[in-house]
Amino acid sequence: MLRLSAELAARIREHARQAYPEECCGALLGQEGPDGRQVVAVLPLENTRTDARRNRFLVDAAGVLAAEREAARRGLTLLGWYHSHPDAPARPSAYDCEHAWPWYSYVIVSVQQGQPAALTSWRLQEDRAAFVSEPVTEAAVAVG
Amino acid sequence: MAVRILIPTPLRPYAGRNEAVELEAATVGEALARLVEQFGELRRHLYADSGRLRSFVNVYVNDEDIRYLKQEQTPLRDGDVISIVPSIAGGRGACHDRIACRASD
Repeated sequence: MLRLSAELAARIREHARQAYPEECCGALLGQEGPDGRQVVAVLPLENTRTDARRNRFLVDAAGVLAAEREAARRGLTLLGWYHSHPDAPARPSAYDCEHAWPWYSYVIVSVQQGQPAALTSWRLQEDRAAFVSEPVTEAAVAVG
Repeated sequence: MAVRILIPTPLRPYAGRNEAVELEAATVGEALARLVEQFGELRRHLYADSGRLRSFVNVYVNDEDIRYLKQEQTPLRDGDVISIVPSIAGGRGACHDRIACRASD
């Protein structure tokens, strides 16, 4: 289970909308507990691909290290990553699968004709053969 | 040479939950080979079927990327720290890409 506030989900969707027709990417920072993962912050990152940015993204080693430092600075865990699929479903591709790391949550947001749509999350299967969907709860933060 | 390998978060469940592993090796390649001998589940996440390191696996000796040294033949000295640092890549792919996913149980 991956939990994120409606506000954080909106930030991811807005990043995806601004990057369209190219893919956006970013980091998910938060905490892991017995009930699943809570995303506390999102960190938009540069897509360091110099080509094929409409259907590929890359967070290079420097970007990963920067995300890890920011997580440590905030006392959080780097839970995973988000990226967008312009004019494609919010479902992982074979390319996503080939390049995935275990343990991380991978959030994908579909952007259809410039409009952000479905947001899903995925975890790499143990044998690397496929992803398993991770239920996502988008909720307003409880007050009081 | 006595060296330390720093294990990135996504691989720690496969390395006995260790943040770092100490071992003896003369080169980076030897160190990684000994690492996957000790923790066999790491192999598929570090190496492709070809036996080469996966392209999104970055390896540093101290602060230097081994791609700019001698790759896996990079010699090691006592006290060197090897860091395994992910790159994160993906994308929607071509329209004929098979979709690699299944619903959660």
